[in-house]
Amino acid sequence: MNPVYFLCQQTMLFSIPLLIVALGGMFSERSGVVNIALEGIMTIGAFASILFINTFQDRMSGQPLLILAILVAALAGIIFSLFHAYASIHMKADQTISGTALNMFAPAFAIFTARQIQGVQQINFNNTFRIQKVPVLGDIPILGEVLFQNAYITTYLGILVLIIASIVLNKTKFGLRLRACGEHPQAADSVGINVYKMRYAGVALSGILGGIGGLVFVIPTSTNFNASVAGYGFLALAVLIFGQWKPIRILYAALFFGLMKTIASAYSGIPFLTSLGIPSYLYKMIPYIATLIVLAFTSKKSQAPKAAGVPYDKGKR
Amino acid sequence: MSGIGNSSKKSGWKNLGLISSIFAIIIGLLVGFLILLFSNPNQAIGGFKTILTGALTDGSKGIGMVLYYATPIICTGLSVGFAFKTGLFNIGATGQFTVGAFASVVVGITATKLGNIHWIVALFAAVIAGALWALIPGLLKAYANINEVIAGIMTNYIGMYLVNWIVKDTNALFNMLENRSKPVAPTANIPKALLDQIFKGSYVNAGIIIAVIAAIIIYIILNKTTFGYELKAVGFNRDASKYAGINEKKSIVWSMVISGALAGLGGGLFYLAGSGKYIEVVDELASAGFDGISVALLGLSHPIGILLSAIFIAYIKQGGFYLQLFEYSGEIIDIIIAVIIYFSAFSMIVRNFISNRERKRKVDHIGGSAQIPAPINEPSDYGSENEEEIREATQEEGGDK
Repeated sequence: MNPVYFLCQQTMLFSIPLLIVALGGMFSERSGVVNIALEGIMTIGAFASILFINTFQDRMSGQPLLILAILVAALAGIIFSLFHAYASIHMKADQTISGTALNMFAPAFAIFTARQIQGVQQINFNNTFRIQKVPVLGDIPILGEVLFQNAYITTYLGILVLIIASIVLNKTKFGLRLRACGEHPQAADSVGINVYKMRYAGVALSGILGGIGGLVFVIPTSTNFNASVAGYGFLALAVLIFGQWKPIRILYAALFFGLMKTIASAYSGIPFLTSLGIPSYLYKMIPYIATLIVLAFTSKKSQAPKAAGVPYDKGKR
Repeated sequence: MSGIGNSSKKSGWKNLGLISSIFAIIIGLLVGFLILLFSNPNQAIGGFKTILTGALTDGSKGIGMVLYYATPIICTGLSVGFAFKTGLFNIGATGQFTVGAFASVVVGITATKLGNIHWIVALFAAVIAGALWALIPGLLKAYANINEVIAGIMTNYIGMYLVNWIVKDTNALFNMLENRSKPVAPTANIPKALLDQIFKGSYVNAGIIIAVIAAIIIYIILNKTTFGYELKAVGFNRDASKYAGINEKKSIVWSMVISGALAGLGGGLFYLAGSGKYIEVVDELASAGFDGISVALLGLSHPIGILLSAIFIAYIKQGGFYLQLFEYSGEIIDIIIAVIIYFSAFSMIVRNFISNRERKRKVDHIGGSAQIPAPINEPSDYGSENEEEIREATQEEGGDK
């Protein structure tokens, strides 16, 4: 296969989970709750859904199973994220600490439960979800090869999530209220918006998308789940910041980070890149370094939600 | 990061912090027990006993091992706790730990002509490397106002990849067969200081003494010096401190650098313990840094509390090793610790509950009809004595973000 197409296809596989999870993080942070628990939410979502696939793959296969697994991942993510919501909204806990606790809990819980159920911590699954070629669309030159061959429905799900997320955030009443709660909750409250409710909604959305993102990350890249999403939750956080909390920019950031991940993992197979002689570790580091640089240059006019990380307290001015 | 470094308004509430820590531990253990009970009812009681007492199974060897495991997490706990006290959340301790470990291993392997002071030099290298790595988030926070949590997460990954890259690409350091770093020279190992005689068969060494000394130094800096006072003041309110004539940018950088130095020290102590630890070339963050967060939270960021909570966490982790006898996986310990952290994050509710009752009792005493407003967001109590003065000097208003 043409290495350029290969690179594009791989980039999609790495970018889509980042996109979905970062959009989830966006809802949480725009509502005013910092969510560094994305890593843990992804882990739990992936764990629950892969366990589901592992249990039902004798009876089902292909897209129906994947769709059900996506629902399971979303459900697991939302339940898990509510712990974060409860601590940071109702208990006014420090959001970073609560997130850290959930990040510690998730892999430990996944390993413990997997071992209790099946003896080993890896949960295997058969990958019956790949679409060789989408009829008609797969024949479109260039675009067909990039998007509609060797693809997963999760890719289209990611694009769908992006479209819906940007509409919801920017064009609906709900989105406006959510953003108000992240910028100035007291003002939002004064015009009758229930800040607690909006923040719960924001965190729950990050739970749904984070959980799905965990599954979407594991399916194309592996045939088992080993209680880890390899730092993708933190990378998604970087995508969110790199994308300055805006849906379209998050897409660009996710594509850029995905490309870097792809190059780092597949560069030995691409003659052009090996001849450059840049070690793969550099590609692995670039997303994080780039985020720091972008932060340093944009900090004066940062787009970060003003009230993110500050518990809302009605009694405070 | 509001709330972490603040003290309560009434000094009588100081022990409420302790109560909330104990409350968090009890809930954590309870959840652990319920999970054991749920997954295998027959073994649950035996398993739970093992968590609580397993570390003592082998007598003095077990205690020695607890001290050995506690050593690095005392340091990362001090690192995170010191940052908390100065209003920063050093989630980057993991990266600083790794970079410090790397520096100590490099010196340990290459500088073989140093003789008796070899291990001291290697430890210093770790301290300096950790401090320098923390300089990045410190400078970014002070001069570009970048949240240190984000910068810390980024530098964690950059540090981990950088260390793996250098170890892997340097023949003098890399053991290709095992995919890890080569062993350090024997002179680079920290002396046993007779501790191996007391705790026979364990890995404990003078590192624990160094960690305790570090805790004492941090206590003195924080509570007995103007320098520490300034660092804490900046943590409470950056703008007010600036107004009061403190160089607030310099203070933030110093806080991060000292915090990083402690994490780096932890890395050095861990890899120079002579217990067969090598830098493994895997793309995974070191867990010691995250354990440091647990230790600091549980220890209320107080140096003595950190010593105790590090020993407690090392103790139940050691107990966890014996859990396999009961067909449980040792990860239950990590679950328990995570639950403890979760509950210590909102331990405020315990404080509010107790203070509510106290208020109520007073109201009842007076006559009952007086309306007393509900306590609004009482700041959490990780403070100590002279923080009261700081609060008066710098009004708590919002805090920095």
